[in-house]
Amino acid sequence: MLLAVPALLGYAYYLGMYAAPAEASMGDVQRIFYYHVPSAWTAFLCFFANFAASVAYLANRGKRADALAVAAAEVGVVFCSVVLVTGPLWARPVWGIWWTWDARLTSTLILWLIYVSYLLLRKVSTGGQTPVLAAALAVFGFLDVPIVYLSIRFFRTQHPQPVIAGGEGSGLDPMMAKALLVNWLAFLVFAGLVLALRYRLERLRQRVEESRALRAEELPVGSCGLEAQPAVSGRSA
Amino acid sequence: MSAVLQASPEHTMRVPRMSAVLWATLEKDLRLEWRSKDAINSMLFFALLVAVVFSFSFDPTAEESRRIAGGLIWVAFLFAAVVALNQAWARELRHRVLDAYRVSPAPANALFLAKALAGFLFVSVLEALVAPLFMVFYNLRPLGPVWELALVAPLGTWALVVNGTFFAAISLRTRSREVMLPLILFPVSIPALYAMVSATTAIFSGSAAPGYWIKLLGVYDVVFTTVCLLLFETVLNAE
Repeated sequence: MLLAVPALLGYAYYLGMYAAPAEASMGDVQRIFYYHVPSAWTAFLCFFANFAASVAYLANRGKRADALAVAAAEVGVVFCSVVLVTGPLWARPVWGIWWTWDARLTSTLILWLIYVSYLLLRKVSTGGQTPVLAAALAVFGFLDVPIVYLSIRFFRTQHPQPVIAGGEGSGLDPMMAKALLVNWLAFLVFAGLVLALRYRLERLRQRVEESRALRAEELPVGSCGLEAQPAVSGRSA
Repeated sequence: MSAVLQASPEHTMRVPRMSAVLWATLEKDLRLEWRSKDAINSMLFFALLVAVVFSFSFDPTAEESRRIAGGLIWVAFLFAAVVALNQAWARELRHRVLDAYRVSPAPANALFLAKALAGFLFVSVLEALVAPLFMVFYNLRPLGPVWELALVAPLGTWALVVNGTFFAAISLRTRSREVMLPLILFPVSIPALYAMVSATTAIFSGSAAPGYWIKLLGVYDVVFTTVCLLLFETVLNAE
């Protein structure tokens, strides 16, 4: 697994950078598309996973669901950041500006803000209530997304229309389509790997916390580790 | 023996009615505010400061003001509302009133609705007092149908206050509670704020009908009031 992911990413890189033909009007700048679009799709999937895990947590308070929620939110924010950085890098040479308050750009930025506030809440909230508070905020954030789309639908948009299943006049050179899909697969597998590692880390953290809480309960009231020490050594002597 | 085990009517857990708890809490909050005027004073002064500070950041001619007044007014109200919302729950921490609520059989949503309604009333009073001031300071004369502001203002205020009350209950549990409220409230409130600003600007400039924005605010209010009521008990009892 740890070897297959870099190999797949390398192959995807080769397809995007060398095998796919240069775009007719934009030239090589367009190749950032193979990173921008797969990152966006991956980020949206992560945010959806965060929502599903948060609802599951609110329903039955499983610690696994909470670990999945935090892992998905973190990975989603990282990929959403990639989208927000690669977009302007492409826009500057093609549109002549880094940023514009366009429907697609604005909604992605708001999405990013919502999930950063989620991670922030997790960071500053104290004690065992964090998962509940965070899950509630996740529900609010996810339900906000369709309303954000409704509110900015009158924005002028200059973002390119979807090229896959995007209606008339859309479509990709077969090699470009292959490069895009392989890149997406590679990003998805990579995101899955990072997510699994982060999930495992969170589960470990939860277990450490649980055993700490248990040890604190086991000690008799009014005693601490230092008092218990002489009694043990005295018996062995 | 059996007489002892059988609970007498006085000892059975009597669940108070939702409306009773709601009115009692609302009345208590309004009375406290009437006597102390904590929230309204700080909100008023804050909104006044925003009105003055903004006037230095652009040239408040009639044409320019009309274009940006919607944004200005609502941003001022949003900031001022945060000042009041931060105090809404903090008051209940003293003497552990919130813990008493949690162990009592009173419906949690009654408490939430009372707090949200109190906040709604405070911010509405603020708007009624400060809006004329904005009109004077920024030389505003609406060109569109003014009566529609009577729809936009309550819908918009409720959108800010219902989520604000809920998120204040969340931020209460964090380390830096007063800083945290705007950080989690603003991102989710962006579409509501945008709808209020668009509707108000449309009314001031008379250039477009605000109907769509009023409907969007209605949808926002219904969706998030429902979510608040569904999740408040969970958040209140979070350990």
